[in-house]
Amino acid sequence: MESIHWHSVFFVLFAALACGCAVAVALSRHIVRMAFYLVLSLSATGALFFLAGADFVGASQLLIYVGATLVLLVFGVMLTAEGRFVTLRTRGGDWIVGLLAGGALLVILLQATLGVERWQTARAAEHPAVSPPTAARLGLGLLGARVDRLARPAEAPEGEAESAGMVGYLLPFEIVSVHLLVVLIGAAYLARPKRRADAAANPEAGP
Amino acid sequence: MAEFFTQHAHDLLWPRLAALWDALELGYLLAALVHVGLLVNVVAVGALAFIWLERKVAGRIQDRLGPTRVGGRFGWLQTLADGLKLIAKEDLMPAAADPLLFRVACYVSFCASLGGYLALPFADDWVALRLNVAAFFMIAVLGLEVFGVILAGYASGSKWSLFGAMREGAQVVSYEVPLGLCVLAPVMIAGTMDLGTIGQMQRGWGANWFVLHDPFTFVIFWVYFACATASVNRAPFDLAEAESELVGGFHTEYSGLRWSIFFMAEYGSMFAVSGLAAVLFFGGWNGPIPWTDWLGLSTATCGALHYLGNLVGMTNFVIKCVVGVTVMMWIRWTLPRLRIDQVMTVCLKYCTPLAAAALSGAALWLVALPGGLVIRSATPLGGFREGAFATPAEIDAGLAAAERASSLSENRLGEEDSPILLRRLCKIGTVPDVSRTGSSSSRVPGR
Repeated sequence: MESIHWHSVFFVLFAALACGCAVAVALSRHIVRMAFYLVLSLSATGALFFLAGADFVGASQLLIYVGATLVLLVFGVMLTAEGRFVTLRTRGGDWIVGLLAGGALLVILLQATLGVERWQTARAAEHPAVSPPTAARLGLGLLGARVDRLARPAEAPEGEAESAGMVGYLLPFEIVSVHLLVVLIGAAYLARPKRRADAAANPEAGP
Repeated sequence: MAEFFTQHAHDLLWPRLAALWDALELGYLLAALVHVGLLVNVVAVGALAFIWLERKVAGRIQDRLGPTRVGGRFGWLQTLADGLKLIAKEDLMPAAADPLLFRVACYVSFCASLGGYLALPFADDWVALRLNVAAFFMIAVLGLEVFGVILAGYASGSKWSLFGAMREGAQVVSYEVPLGLCVLAPVMIAGTMDLGTIGQMQRGWGANWFVLHDPFTFVIFWVYFACATASVNRAPFDLAEAESELVGGFHTEYSGLRWSIFFMAEYGSMFAVSGLAAVLFFGGWNGPIPWTDWLGLSTATCGALHYLGNLVGMTNFVIKCVVGVTVMMWIRWTLPRLRIDQVMTVCLKYCTPLAAAALSGAALWLVALPGGLVIRSATPLGGFREGAFATPAEIDAGLAAAERASSLSENRLGEEDSPILLRRLCKIGTVPDVSRTGSSSSRVPGR
């Protein structure tokens, strides 16, 4: 009798949780319940990252998606709600359009995923049970030492194509950071309390 | 641990059962269950003990005795009586509440609080999940507790609950920023996010602890403690449950066992952030006096002696955590509660700039005085776990990649001295600083 591969069992469990909760998000009618199902789905995706040995990405998934984005979503819902429990009712026509668009996208994605040859066989070189790669590679990549690209240039032709992949991540990282800072400042500016035109008559007036 | 179970299962079980054992790979499953069972017990029994401790500490600070009757002289079993009472209570749910979310919210909080324990090392290599990014993982998971609170507040259908939940959400999300900055300082000093390695680096005398590494890290510890108190919603930051203003805040409508699950989550988080502070700043399982090293327990090849050394280490760690939790309780019963605008001011105007300035100071200290200012004890830091830092192979690969990039792209990286900069940067945090240890032996601690 062959032994159960628990890794596959947990993979199926987390994948079913992720997909099932994603479907529940689409089918549910209460917004905060949708947010809850989305939390479960994204946490299951994070668990899949951990199963694959990508600890850093898994922790980032939990921090960013579940911790920040979902809290933001729930805050947004609570601050803009008109009633006590906000509900959404999807009409029949919307369902059909949604199913068609979603189904088409699913078919395209499945075809693309299953068609890539490199992803079809398990890579024996990096077995996650032995020792997952450390986060040091990410740090080195940030500074320009692209450790992941060392093996490839042997196949690629000399010249522009080879050197193109050797740049570090620091510049795009800084650009995105400054961009986020600008967005934050803009949001704070737009959300500031505004003075009304009759402020001279009543200096204490405010929103 | 799984191999241990599998080996001994073959000796103890009948051959057919042993075959079934292999088929189901029960050793693996049993090891996982043991880890989870131990961690759940840490949280549950810890909550039992801490609730008793809280009532005693509160009593003493308020010049009274606290519980004295249940279970003997000091009221040891008071929490057990409380637990029995709570289990026997009616499981109420308001009519206006959302049934699914109301029921599920307490479990979300509890799971987030328990998740943080997965990466917390209790002794040398006694950790449920040895992660390379353990500090990051703990910060990420402990921040998920707020989602349970927000769900509870929203789903209760009551305005007190909603106010409490909104306040808590804003507070926890804001305090994650200075908390992350504070955790960054010991990670920077150690060169790795692996909590087990950070603990191992602080072996020896108490002078090796990171809190005493430089004055900036000392300041950062206190900012961390304040931010950690805020992120677990303890007074003076407990407006989410402000009893005098909001009835009960987010847990107003919860009674019985659901309420107690929220409080197990809270005490669990308190213990977890104290544990993180202990590992990052106070040496984790290493005591101030390394007597287990003198007895040779930590490097013993005999399994039982090594276990004994780790047991002492775990006791050290738990004592440090309990001290941390007690200080949080002490602060709670001493200081008045802050208003929400005061909480936000403290976070954004005081904690964050202070943490950032102290972090820069700690970084400059590392660059300017890599050997430290005070004479370090001549205790070897020991070997490091494979893969904790960039291994020498990775460093060579990184340097080769940098040199190839700079030669190919015609100074696209800018300067010719970028490989030199990279080499200098790679030195910080690869091999232990010989100047810091004072001795060149590098024993690998027994695993």
